[in-house]
Amino acid sequence: MKFAVLVFPGSNCDIDCYKAVENVLGEPVDYVWHTATDLTPYDCIIVPGGFSYGDYLRCGAISRFAPVMNEVAKAAEEGKFVLGICNGFQILTEAGLLPGALRRNMSMKFACRDTVLKVENNATPFTRDYEAGEEIVIPIAHGEGNYYCDEATLEELRSNNQIAFRYKSNPNGSVDDIAGVTNKAGNVLGMMPHPERAVNEILGTTDGKKMFTSIINAWREQHDAANVR
Amino acid sequence: MKAKVYVTIKQSVLDPQGVAVQGALHSLGFNEVESLRIGKYMEIELGDVTQEEAEGRVKSMCEKLLANTVVEDYRYELEG
Repeated sequence: MKFAVLVFPGSNCDIDCYKAVENVLGEPVDYVWHTATDLTPYDCIIVPGGFSYGDYLRCGAISRFAPVMNEVAKAAEEGKFVLGICNGFQILTEAGLLPGALRRNMSMKFACRDTVLKVENNATPFTRDYEAGEEIVIPIAHGEGNYYCDEATLEELRSNNQIAFRYKSNPNGSVDDIAGVTNKAGNVLGMMPHPERAVNEILGTTDGKKMFTSIINAWREQHDAANVR
Repeated sequence: MKAKVYVTIKQSVLDPQGVAVQGALHSLGFNEVESLRIGKYMEIELGDVTQEEAEGRVKSMCEKLLANTVVEDYRYELEG
């Protein structure tokens, strides 16, 4: 299974994502520059955190027009796995690949700390190795992670099981304590917390590991190969 | 021709920055402030286009990039 980690000017979690794939899974992974026009070799595309294009205008507003984003849309359409973390989540909402938008934190403060998340849907390719309702510790680091969608969209998210994670204690004012959502098909996940920063004891938590093992196990199941770990 | 574009957070969506600034004004004694919303103002110089063309073009700029219509409203004025 081959992973791509996209790199925009201003991405700063690209190396963490790369290392997480390398260390947790040992699968091939490439950095892919935002000008790339071909993602066909990749099975999973990670859109990492950071401050792409300096967050000018709105977080993710400029990045969504980078050439590589057309390819991300195609990959999502084809059912490939797309994982947007933090700024990556903001980019995917701006691109319309995920519903809603991320507003300034209610506290007006940049929030950088561990949070407890509840796994609301463990039937996605990103969460299948977690127990339903499992509580996991994953750090957040954002100033604009306050998820918003209108009532009708929220109803739809609930009835389609698109809410992947909720915060146990809401750190930013997000609607319905939402920390991460998927698209309707379930192959695109966006989340504000950083699973790639939770893959080693030395980082304080290893609860992010199961996200990476989930992805590869989902892919192997699709491709009829043996599961790992 | 010049376009002046105003982007504001929708009335139905909480504006944390506006709330914070409103609180600061209250603490300065401006107690008459009932609500405050922060937005963006953009000035765009347009080349050789008619008023009619500009209407459509600027609207499209707002829809595609300048505003995120999930959480923001926009309006614009054309001059010259």
